Amino acid sequence: MSLLEPTPQEQAGATDRAMTRRSFLRSTAAFAGLSALAASLSPLRELGEFSSAEEFMQKYYKEMTPDDMAKVLKRIEGQVERQYGIRPHVRDLKPMDGVEFVYCLNLTRCIGCRKCVHACVAENNQSRNPEIQYIRVLKLPHGSMDMEKADHNYAPESVPEKGFFYMPVQCQQCHNPPCVKVCPVNATWQEKDGITVIDYDWCIGCRYCEAACPYFARRFNFTKPEIPAERLNPSMAYLGNRPRKQGVMEKCHFCIQRTRAGKYPACLEVCPVGARKFGNILDPESEVSYILREKRVFIQLKEEMGTNPRFFYYFDK
Amino acid sequence: MSTAARNYLTFLWRCSRIAFVGDWRYYSWMGVLSAIVLLGLNAYCKQFVHGLIVTGMSDEVSWGVYIANFTFLVGVAAAAVMMVIPVYIYDNEELHDLVIFGELLAVAAILMCLAFVTVDLGRPDRFWHLIPGLGQMNFPKSMLSWDVIVLNGYLLLNVHICGYLLYCRYNDRKPGKWFYIPFVFTAIIWAVSIHTVTAFLYVGLGGRPFWNASIVGPRFLASAFTAGPAIIILALQIIRSVTHYRITDKALLTLRSIVQVSMIINVFLLVCEVFKEFYSGTLHGASAKYLFFGLEGHHALVPWIWTAITFNLIAMVILSLPLSRSLKYLNIACVLSIVGIWIEKGMGLVIPGFIPTPLGAVVDYVPSLNETLVCLGIWAFGLLCYTVFLRMSVPILQGRLSKANEHLPEPDAEDDTDLPATAPAPH
Repeated sequence: MSLLEPTPQEQAGATDRAMTRRSFLRSTAAFAGLSALAASLSPLRELGEFSSAEEFMQKYYKEMTPDDMAKVLKRIEGQVERQYGIRPHVRDLKPMDGVEFVYCLNLTRCIGCRKCVHACVAENNQSRNPEIQYIRVLKLPHGSMDMEKADHNYAPESVPEKGFFYMPVQCQQCHNPPCVKVCPVNATWQEKDGITVIDYDWCIGCRYCEAACPYFARRFNFTKPEIPAERLNPSMAYLGNRPRKQGVMEKCHFCIQRTRAGKYPACLEVCPVGARKFGNILDPESEVSYILREKRVFIQLKEEMGTNPRFFYYFDK
Repeated sequence: MSTAARNYLTFLWRCSRIAFVGDWRYYSWMGVLSAIVLLGLNAYCKQFVHGLIVTGMSDEVSWGVYIANFTFLVGVAAAAVMMVIPVYIYDNEELHDLVIFGELLAVAAILMCLAFVTVDLGRPDRFWHLIPGLGQMNFPKSMLSWDVIVLNGYLLLNVHICGYLLYCRYNDRKPGKWFYIPFVFTAIIWAVSIHTVTAFLYVGLGGRPFWNASIVGPRFLASAFTAGPAIIILALQIIRSVTHYRITDKALLTLRSIVQVSMIINVFLLVCEVFKEFYSGTLHGASAKYLFFGLEGHHALVPWIWTAITFNLIAMVILSLPLSRSLKYLNIACVLSIVGIWIEKGMGLVIPGFIPTPLGAVVDYVPSLNETLVCLGIWAFGLLCYTVFLRMSVPILQGRLSKANEHLPEPDAEDDTDLPATAPAPH
């Protein structure tokens, strides 16, 4: 064996050193990688109360037994009380037999005061920051129904302004709702009294319904809704005005917590000019039946969409 | 049976090991990608905590760059078939050994698609509501439920085809025809379906006239079959220069003719659409007007769409001329097509559908920084996946990683550049 050649021991030593250097580099890289991962995940520390195990495992609305529902309502009451310091009364109101709700709005009378918008926000516990509103009042030039001419942000000293008319738009409670068809998880559906509802605990927040709605009626909770505790309306319904969570859809539900208990919607009660009429279309004696029977002209918005709304606009002479 | 299982586990173990081994270029590329992935993850964590308010989206424009990228990438995934068709239907020899790179790209693209839809969800914690049996899947009514099925099905098909072929090559075994040929043909039809279903997601919305047009589906396919093979042309050249894997110019030129024809069809369909929107002059053209010229003083998308159209037209001209037989010009045309179609299929399709809103309001949308970081993170994640897939599959295809050399030391970093590539044996 030549003396110049390294002995097997020397060779092994060199490999060992190379191995320790390599494994040192590897563990350093692994450590740096893990620290970077931990740092990138750090915003999650602010998560707070995102979802409880009970909420995560909660069953689909239509599959819940009355017992399940009782537990869920209790949980919601507890959550609201913890968050706002007020014990609410949350009910799961079911549709009444022989009732199908219809809304009629008199465009001749509406003065565009937006009192309905604010009554709705107060009644339905909508987020004040960021602002969520179910009703959008359009200011349109005399004689045109082209919505591209509508002004959404009008703010004059006083209304009505000459040369314009006003058209409040909210969920039209369609017979053929495109929003219900597109929902991938059945989180929104039409009830037998005609109201399209949303289960806020089932919605995954994909916003496909928002894209599908031809009336811009749906709203998304882009962040955690904020409601001042003293403004909270404690009379709540599961499918209605209970506070929503971040990341879910909501919209007008004809004030389910009121109308299924025999009251009028909040937007109707507040209207100073009596432009809003609401009732049961299956009852021939109701005001809405009278209007749809006697008025010569009434319209459904975007009739050509085939959505067949339960919301009618009509005119006086 | 247990030997087979052990053999398979060894295969998986060696594949995952090799993903962590490479030369300095490999480490720095992977390092940069991982850093961007972590930045994106960090941005997503912020979004998860504070909600989608950290994005530029609003009730008016309720889908943004997430869904735009998703739409583009579904096209990239679907385009993998444009390599599969010549090979399995027309027996094109040049492309035969490259098919797997196209399918791996499809897998990476689908993973990115799934990531993009997940980050778009307001309540990702409730994803299980989509799982049939466990939750409530609104099938067949909701096109989104169709999309969930076709995308995951396509992912499984491609994972199976690639995994099976690679495992056979690893074992130096001839693949059993019945184990993959039926899946290949299913995948060809399936690829068309993923893009058609994604188009129908938009087309089905009667309240959005910009999307509610039957040309959207065909345009999706034409643009996908342009951008997808263009990406593959570029990817193959990178693979060739980094790994010495044998990829002929002839194979690249076969793909060129696919890009060429698709781009011409794509531009033709664009002309059809523009004519319909503008000549009739109905109110339904407002979205197109917003996109191309701006509306009521809002011009956010105008520079984008004209860039896209210019790129597409230049690419079409280069591709149509014999000039693009030279790889330099072909590459320029490919880059222009990819960028042009990314803008047109993404921002140019998704955003104007929302503007003006159904009630006539014009509200601009600009993606936020956080949203952009999430997107970059997902793109880096996709590239990371694709690099890892290639890192595993190239040595297997070259015969350097096989059952035969199971007991030899693992191929190391320098092998890639130093070892002469062995010509891959045909299947």
